[in-house]
Amino acid sequence: MRGYLIGKVAQALLTLAFVVVFNFFLFRVMPGDPAALLLRGSAAFNPDTLEQVRVDLGLDRPLPAQFVTYLGDTLRLNLGDSFFARGRSVNTVIAERVWPTLLLVGTSTIASAIIGLVIGIYGGWRRGSAFDVGSLGFTLFVYSMPEFWFGILVLMAFAGGVGPFPAIFPTGGYETPAAGLTGLSHWVDVLNHMVLPFFVLTVAYLGEYAIIMRNSLIDIMGDDFITTARAKGVREQQVLWRHAVPNALLPTMTLTILSLGFVFGGAITIEYVFSWPGLGWLTVQAIDAKDFPLLQGLFLLFSAAVILANLVADLLYAYLDPRVRAG
Amino acid sequence: MKTPPIEPTAAPPPPATAEGPPPDRVGPRRIAWARRWRSLVRVARTYRRNPMGMAGLVILLFFIAVAVLAPLIASGEGLDPTCPCTGVPFQPPSREFPFGTDNLGRSVLTLTIWGARISLLVGLMATLISMVIGSLIGIVAGYLGRWPESLLMRLTDWFLVIPFLPLAIVLASLLGRSLLIIILVIGVTSWPSTARIVRAQTLSVKERPYVERARALGASGWHLVTRHILPNVGPLIFANTILTVAIAILSETTLSFLGLGDPLSTSWGTILESAFGSGAATAGNWWWLLPPGFAIVLVVLAFTMCGFALDEILNPRLRQR
Repeated sequence: MRGYLIGKVAQALLTLAFVVVFNFFLFRVMPGDPAALLLRGSAAFNPDTLEQVRVDLGLDRPLPAQFVTYLGDTLRLNLGDSFFARGRSVNTVIAERVWPTLLLVGTSTIASAIIGLVIGIYGGWRRGSAFDVGSLGFTLFVYSMPEFWFGILVLMAFAGGVGPFPAIFPTGGYETPAAGLTGLSHWVDVLNHMVLPFFVLTVAYLGEYAIIMRNSLIDIMGDDFITTARAKGVREQQVLWRHAVPNALLPTMTLTILSLGFVFGGAITIEYVFSWPGLGWLTVQAIDAKDFPLLQGLFLLFSAAVILANLVADLLYAYLDPRVRAG
Repeated sequence: MKTPPIEPTAAPPPPATAEGPPPDRVGPRRIAWARRWRSLVRVARTYRRNPMGMAGLVILLFFIAVAVLAPLIASGEGLDPTCPCTGVPFQPPSREFPFGTDNLGRSVLTLTIWGARISLLVGLMATLISMVIGSLIGIVAGYLGRWPESLLMRLTDWFLVIPFLPLAIVLASLLGRSLLIIILVIGVTSWPSTARIVRAQTLSVKERPYVERARALGASGWHLVTRHILPNVGPLIFANTILTVAIAILSETTLSFLGLGDPLSTSWGTILESAFGSGAATAGNWWWLLPPGFAIVLVVLAFTMCGFALDEILNPRLRQR
């Protein structure tokens, strides 16, 4: 067990190191001059200032020297200054956007996992029933739609108000600007803004869980120990919840934990559609502004979150399934 | 796939005549192809009994027909905002414009029909790239084993944890906006899962007795891979390809929606981008949003259904018990 644990942690660290190195080359070897981008549109744009900015950013030095500086900075979590929020560090810009994303994407990931699992369990248990066929059609449909398209439609119906739909929710944002609400009324305001994006994300994500849970349960239902349980006279409900579901949960649990890793970067389009001030929308803003230090920082954060989630999934898997540890 | 392996050597040796082989010669290749043809027919028969797969296939053929016949159904001039055929902007559906018009007065129906071309093209080309990279890495890793395998699988794991959408966004925003870049970006970011599936299958095929026998007969590595391993891994790659197309089309839509698509070509994603950018959601221009969206859902759904159906047939573990 200890060897397995150390191996997995070492593997995660190695992957992180790869991402850090990859990140450096991704933003340096690619075409485009960051210094010119930084000065773009400013009055100070002339060859001298361009040269000065290149020196300030360290772009005049040879690539290996730049790499050493980059490694040192990244290890100290100094990700440089953002272009688009002039004079502010990437860390501060990212830090103030973390909470809205965690709140929205975190809660909807958990909600979609729970709802999706329940749909998948009942569908797989009664394979071929009306509920199974109906829910399979529904889950395949939501799995196939671009989530931002669904978001726009929901936004149009319940915030814009089209035809019979009432415009009962705000069109976007995290809170009513300049309302100065505090305490409970502030929270009610935030939740009111969160209803639509939460609904959209939950519906958009649950398809995957339902499909995987259904397949995994169907797979398990054919196993001998289920037949044995039935032959022993175990009641059907007990067979489902005590014998089949716990075993079928393993793959879906891995998926859930992996998706928690994607929480940081996973809702880019939905945050954009609903102007939700989280990391996803920040990514879109960083693209528009060609803010490479910020994109680099976001990319590092997103990758690190996925690597961490992978590690947690591996360790939990080993804890829950002794065969993994031994093998 | 399940036919007992008939070795090429089982064929009678060609008569050594001076005027060359007679025209009805039964060569090893012909035997192999006949076997493959029979198994294809068998798969097609099973497939026909799968309602989900058939529904997906029908939808797919419809959209492929629309994409191929686009110039005949709707004149390409309708894409040009200066064309006299355009109408009043933001017009709801009418007799002249069944799906209404966009902010430039163009028919949304024409845009959606022409969008099928770009969306399907990007989806298929990106998938092709992804399949070639994924299969190559999977087969090489699975066949060679030892250090090349650990190296290649490490690389695969790395690409698997790098969040796909942010990487695609970063690449597309660094490299610029063009159709080719979008295809390349989706292709080079979506191969890792294929590589893993192919490697697993290669590992299991490699250990089968007939491969061992071929090796004992002195078959080269190239022969083993192209004649024994690839034909057996092929069906799985194919089922996986179909599913990858669905993901590639969704990725194209997302990247285009974020403004990273080719500004000069019309895809379903760029239609949605311009609709959302022109405030179609708050203005309630539902006719502008629904057609391209439903087109995406139907095509992705169709590919997914075909892929699931094929997977059920080709993947013995999933067969109805």
